[in-house]
Amino acid sequence: MKVELRAEQFKEHTLIGCLLRKLHIDIPLLAGLLILLLLSFMMLYSTGNKETTLLIRQAARMGIAGILMIVLAHIDPRQFQRFSILLYSIGVVLLLAVLLVGDVGKGAQRWLDLGFFRFQPSEMIKITTPMMIAWYLSGHEIPPNWRHILVATGFILIPTFLIVRQPDLGTSLLVASSGASVLYFAGLSWRFLIGTTLGLAAFAPVYWNFYMREYQKDRVLTLFNPEADPMGKGYHIIQSKIAIGSGGVYGKGWQGNTQSQLDFLPESSTDFIFAVFAEEFGLLGCLGLLLVYIFIIARGFYIAVQAQDTYGRLLAGSLVCTFFVYAFVNIGMVIGILPVVGIPLPLISYGGTSMVTLFAGFGMLMSIHTHKKVLPG
Amino acid sequence: MRRHQAIKDKYLENRIFLNRIVILFIFMSLLMVGLIGRLYYLQVAAHSQYRNMATNNRIKVTSIPPTRGIIYDTHGRILAQNLPSYSLEIIPEQVADMDDTLQRLQLALTIPQEKIDAFKKQRKRSKHFDSIPLLLQLSDADVARFAVLRHTFPGVDIHARLIRHYPYAELAAHVVGYVGSINEQELKTLPEAEYRSIYTIGKVGIERSYEDILRGHAGYSEIETNAQGKPINELATIESTPGADIYLALDIDLQKTAYDALADYNGGVVAIDLEAGGVLVQVSKASFDPNLFVSGISYTDYKALNSSKNRPLFDRVLRGQYPPGSTFKPFIGLAGLEYGAKDTQQTLFCPGYFQLPHKSHKYRDWKKWGHGKVNLDIAITQSCDVYFYDLSLALGIDKISGFLQHFGFGQKTGIDLKGEKTGILPSREWKRIHRAQVWYPGETLITGIGQGFTQVTPMQLARATATLAKKGSVVTPYLAERIVEQGREVDIKRAGHKQVPLKPSNVEYIMNAMVHVVHSARGTAKRIAKGIDYQIAGKTGTAQVYTVKQNEEYNEKEIAFNLRDHALFIAFAPADNPKIAVAVIAEHGSHGSSVAAPIAAAVIKQYLQTKLDD
Repeated sequence: MKVELRAEQFKEHTLIGCLLRKLHIDIPLLAGLLILLLLSFMMLYSTGNKETTLLIRQAARMGIAGILMIVLAHIDPRQFQRFSILLYSIGVVLLLAVLLVGDVGKGAQRWLDLGFFRFQPSEMIKITTPMMIAWYLSGHEIPPNWRHILVATGFILIPTFLIVRQPDLGTSLLVASSGASVLYFAGLSWRFLIGTTLGLAAFAPVYWNFYMREYQKDRVLTLFNPEADPMGKGYHIIQSKIAIGSGGVYGKGWQGNTQSQLDFLPESSTDFIFAVFAEEFGLLGCLGLLLVYIFIIARGFYIAVQAQDTYGRLLAGSLVCTFFVYAFVNIGMVIGILPVVGIPLPLISYGGTSMVTLFAGFGMLMSIHTHKKVLPG
Repeated sequence: MRRHQAIKDKYLENRIFLNRIVILFIFMSLLMVGLIGRLYYLQVAAHSQYRNMATNNRIKVTSIPPTRGIIYDTHGRILAQNLPSYSLEIIPEQVADMDDTLQRLQLALTIPQEKIDAFKKQRKRSKHFDSIPLLLQLSDADVARFAVLRHTFPGVDIHARLIRHYPYAELAAHVVGYVGSINEQELKTLPEAEYRSIYTIGKVGIERSYEDILRGHAGYSEIETNAQGKPINELATIESTPGADIYLALDIDLQKTAYDALADYNGGVVAIDLEAGGVLVQVSKASFDPNLFVSGISYTDYKALNSSKNRPLFDRVLRGQYPPGSTFKPFIGLAGLEYGAKDTQQTLFCPGYFQLPHKSHKYRDWKKWGHGKVNLDIAITQSCDVYFYDLSLALGIDKISGFLQHFGFGQKTGIDLKGEKTGILPSREWKRIHRAQVWYPGETLITGIGQGFTQVTPMQLARATATLAKKGSVVTPYLAERIVEQGREVDIKRAGHKQVPLKPSNVEYIMNAMVHVVHSARGTAKRIAKGIDYQIAGKTGTAQVYTVKQNEEYNEKEIAFNLRDHALFIAFAPADNPKIAVAVIAEHGSHGSSVAAPIAAAVIKQYLQTKLDD
């Protein structure tokens, strides 16, 4: 009887299941991520005109990012809590360094050249900012009082401001939203939330007139009327809409993407890859993709709810939130309802940095989920 | 205390957190639904629109220009053809900085500003990735010069195009016409599909009136291109249909004879083949070289042509309107016979002038001392004005204009060219409409000798002469004799046959009188009768440019050349079986007999000679 039971347990938890559990991997989350990675390979194969160069590079990045995810999944979430302030401080220092000695890529200083490799501190800060806020708020009463809110806001604004100066509107938006989401989850009063939103809205014209650069203004203006300059500023969004619209309900089929294969759609493998996806797989494909995103978000929130301490909960909620902002802003800009900011489609767009950040976030989520702390008492 | 607080917080915190997660998840789901709504709009509601845009994006339809039809003369000699030539062309989408490129091109090759301006205009009506010509007919030196610099001009290249060429240049410039760059006005009415790859259009002459036939039809090929306009794949091709070839009735040798015979005189010569009605000769002089217009005439050339005293661009045959002078007399004489105003036996004494009853004004005869006793035959032979004053008065203006309109005076001849003038055949009604005045009897008199209001074009005069030679069978002159489309003859619609009801004996009497003009001792054109073995029927004419006052005398040598009379001559031959009718107007030639008649004689002689040879 005893032997039988053990055997049954063994049956249920197959070898792979066992291994994944040992690796602190959350299977539903991993399944969602693998679907996205598969789609990414399919899209890159299609946009790269069947060349495998992009695929190999992307696979290498996924490998690195995957390893990072597993490593982070292994680390006890209390370690993240412990190192939050240190990692946040390092991030801020690196951002300062970027402004002082950074490389200029595409007209903005984002890269830090460390001799053997180049990286974007702004990517790292996307994770360390919510870590910092979660650490700070979890050390005090929940919901936070106004003093703690003020301090937390300061922690958010420092990196946000530094990234705006680079300038990188997309990333600063992500950093700010990741930090703000922690405040939200911590129970920031609705009155305060609505007040802040209105305040920001009031500040928008000031920001527009005094802080926004011309190209950023152009992007916003173009959103409302891309046809004003179809061969110039509006070209990108028009071609993107043509790609999506021509896909129809069923799409043109995998590799049937005339818009990107004939180079009408620029950046088809990076920020505008969703347009290619929509062109090839149509509305039905898009619904499927959005469902995968919703599934990952739902699973992330489930993990957050299940988290057993305030820090883990806040951090998990915020990481999921960031993931959502990625997906929503990217798709929103590609289908022409949000201005064009440089945010990739999470886990599908070609490119390494965001992939690493996102996988790191998922690693931490898995860590939070798989390291259960026994409740005291 | 601390511990208690922690537990309490935990409970509250859990509740808040779950609450917040659920609200946020709902909010996110709503945003996702928003995305789906937008996707629905793009992919379902506006799908067909975007599908078309995607197709237009990638499929470029290039127009294949048709080859323009050749224009031949009646013996198959080429009057207009297409020659290959090099042109410098630009694809604007492949040029990064157009102003800079144009500036550097201007430095490298000498390109006049007007070509640059024309290019810019052309560019506006071109589709994406069309190759637009900047400079046509490049010299070999320019081709070589550009070849060296070519790598510094992306988007600019040399292409071989066919360009119109007129081997006989000014000889038949007004007849054959020319092609020139399409202007903005023309652009509005042209079928766009046909002219996508054609940059010229027939402007004048046959090139203009048969534009649709000569042009042919553009073909097209659908090519899949990438965003840089680079062809990836050819999807479909429809070849162009070449334009039809046109064989004119014109005989270019005869044309040259007439052209040369006019020598230094400006004027017009028209010869009509009486068997079919084709125009054998149509010379308008001064003329111009139509080749100048083909690749865009330069401003200086155009100014020179336009400001020349000789007005070379002016088509005198169809648009020049001259008083017919005495060449009107056979027609008036015929009217007199037909209406019974005079019979062939009636005579009149010509004292050298004519007076209306109870009026002192003297209507002079060209012969100061008069012709003496004249009948109609003598009046035509010697061109007695007084006889015709008298006859006109007897006929009255209504009968004159009523009769003459049967011969096509005051109307377009219906020739297959555009821009023809109607001339003026005066009548009471005409004067009332155009001058708002009543008709005076004196005006009837001078109408009878082809002066006054009356104006004819050389083509009208030739047509009337031909109709007379054919005894009232109305001739509608034409140029295009045959149209051959891809080896097949195309039917040409000809005007229906019309006959002026004339009494044969009357016509024969007039024709005989016209023979006397040439072949009698007193005939005004007797000098051309020498050395020919057939008979020419003709009539000289002198059209006043300058009115001599009552107490003055016309002295040819004393007045300026440009006020001298025009010399006219109409003729047909052989008189017993007419094959050719000719009308000649030599501006300021003074005398029909000495200047105009020999020109007609030369044309007739050559024509009958070649007829005999055939």
